[in-house]
Amino acid sequence: MGELRLMKGNEAFAEACIRAGVDAYFGYPITPQSEVLEYLMSQKPYETTGMVVLQAESEVAAINMCYGAGGAGFLPVTSSSSPGISLKMEGVSYIAGAELPLIILNVVRGGPGLGDIQPAQSDYFQATKGGGHGDYRLYVLAPSSVQEMADFVLIAKEMAFKYRNPVMILSDGIIGQMMEKVELFDPIPRRTIQEVEKQAPWATTGKKANRERNIITSLDLDPLKQEQHVYHLRDKYSQMEREDVRFEEISTEDAEYLLVAYGSSARICQKAVDLAREEGIKLGLLRAITLFPFPSKRLAELSNQVKGMLAVEMSLGQMVEDVKLAVNCRVPVEHYGRTGGVIHSPVEVLEALKSKIIK
Amino acid sequence: MDFKDIIKPENLVYRRSSLLTDKPFSYCPGCGHGTIHRLIMEVVEELGIQEITVGIAPVGCSVLAYEFMNIDMQQAAHGRAPALATALKRLMPDKYIFTYQGDGDLAAIGTAETIHACNRGENIIIFFVNNGIYGMTGGQMAPTTLPGMPASTCPFGRDVNIMGNPLKITELVAQLPGVHFATRQSVHTPRNVRRAKKAIQMAFEVQKNKKGTSFVEFVSNCNSGWKLSPVAANEWMEQHMFPFYPLGDIKVDGNLVTK
Repeated sequence: MGELRLMKGNEAFAEACIRAGVDAYFGYPITPQSEVLEYLMSQKPYETTGMVVLQAESEVAAINMCYGAGGAGFLPVTSSSSPGISLKMEGVSYIAGAELPLIILNVVRGGPGLGDIQPAQSDYFQATKGGGHGDYRLYVLAPSSVQEMADFVLIAKEMAFKYRNPVMILSDGIIGQMMEKVELFDPIPRRTIQEVEKQAPWATTGKKANRERNIITSLDLDPLKQEQHVYHLRDKYSQMEREDVRFEEISTEDAEYLLVAYGSSARICQKAVDLAREEGIKLGLLRAITLFPFPSKRLAELSNQVKGMLAVEMSLGQMVEDVKLAVNCRVPVEHYGRTGGVIHSPVEVLEALKSKIIK
Repeated sequence: MDFKDIIKPENLVYRRSSLLTDKPFSYCPGCGHGTIHRLIMEVVEELGIQEITVGIAPVGCSVLAYEFMNIDMQQAAHGRAPALATALKRLMPDKYIFTYQGDGDLAAIGTAETIHACNRGENIIIFFVNNGIYGMTGGQMAPTTLPGMPASTCPFGRDVNIMGNPLKITELVAQLPGVHFATRQSVHTPRNVRRAKKAIQMAFEVQKNKKGTSFVEFVSNCNSGWKLSPVAANEWMEQHMFPFYPLGDIKVDGNLVTK
């Protein structure tokens, strides 16, 4: 059994980055995720694993430092909260275009604009539909516990190199700030420069005499070549949809109604399922763990079983669009959720299910 | 005497650096970029550091610098090259890292990255080509456009009361403790080319000795953007650019040069 600790989600993420052998972290303070940088600086991993940790002058600088690091085959990490993630979006688009590994954590808060500093899930569109410019996708993981804030770093690391694509961990102010028991995985050593070069023969670590120079760019002025490049990106996203969809089902075996949720809303919905079952309502929950690729196939299957679905998210309704696309009008799909930093309760979820779906 | 008798190794006085690729430059005839590319690659070749040098191209006319320099290179988002360089140098402290940026890239959109990389004393070289105009996008006003100088977005000349003043960013960053070497050069005459090369050599020496940031500005021309012939552009540069952006060392060995 791994080491047990009581930690905040943000701290667990930071500790997991050190243990996962991440090469560099570049960040900028913003509530509610500043503990990531604070924790890293308190641990001084640059003296142990050699991991670079730097407080950048802005989110923009931080994400571009990640571009530089990823372009040399290293695994960089950055983190922020909603307004800061918006600032990083230009860089994320470049990193996706240049096909570089990256882990980016968004501890979502209420928006739009400066919004507030309370938990929200209103950055779903930004995370899954683009956010930056151009035809690209992120691999998006949604943790719903402090344990997953740590464990998903390993999944993110694997996916970032499998697809040479940025991976976003879409968390929120609840998961980032709350403390839970965490079992930490054993440390994995950082790669040596030789191992980096072996894993990433495309990286700009200096042109060796026995190979052509390596170039990291997202530019191709020839539209036909750029089109081929985008098709190549599309093939990667299709592969994600085939091979790396992740989700969890709770009480779906006999479910007549289904809640669909992710992150902290999924935790709330778990309780709503219990409350419904106490009343004799056969309610289940599908928790999306990857938001892209989305568990559309499984939702389509479940739409042949249940009478209706309620997408529960702390927003005006964003993921609900993907649920509707998956279900394709076979059963009613509605949205419920508080927004702007307000957290819905299990009772509110159950009431919404009754009024919108069961009727 | 046949010309074959002359083409012998002992008679060789000049050859193109092997670190320039065969691809023809995309720059306008008369532009200084080609000469500056050549000088940097000559110095990298002479130092024998091709295998441990990584360059970063900007957005602007030299966005395709990686097509011409036969070393590993990254192409940065507009203005962000010093951020990339920061990460590369910190992860690979024994490699030589340089950025190559124009005035719009470095002194407008990338001002924050420029100043903070310099202020942290990142052990990198920033090569800064200042031609007072946005060349690639078609001759718009730059942060370095001279007062009264016309550009497509200030067709009646830069009115500093409306458009603000040109930014002498090299003098500005020279004030920062992290900057060890700051100089302003040009490549419009053979004599200036030789001086510029010495400055480039000095910058790599500073990086070798891990002394901090080197900031090497080249005041250059843009005959297309300035709407002048290459020769007239160089004359105009001498008459107008050099009085505002005087050539010479600004900070050497960590000390400001007093004139």
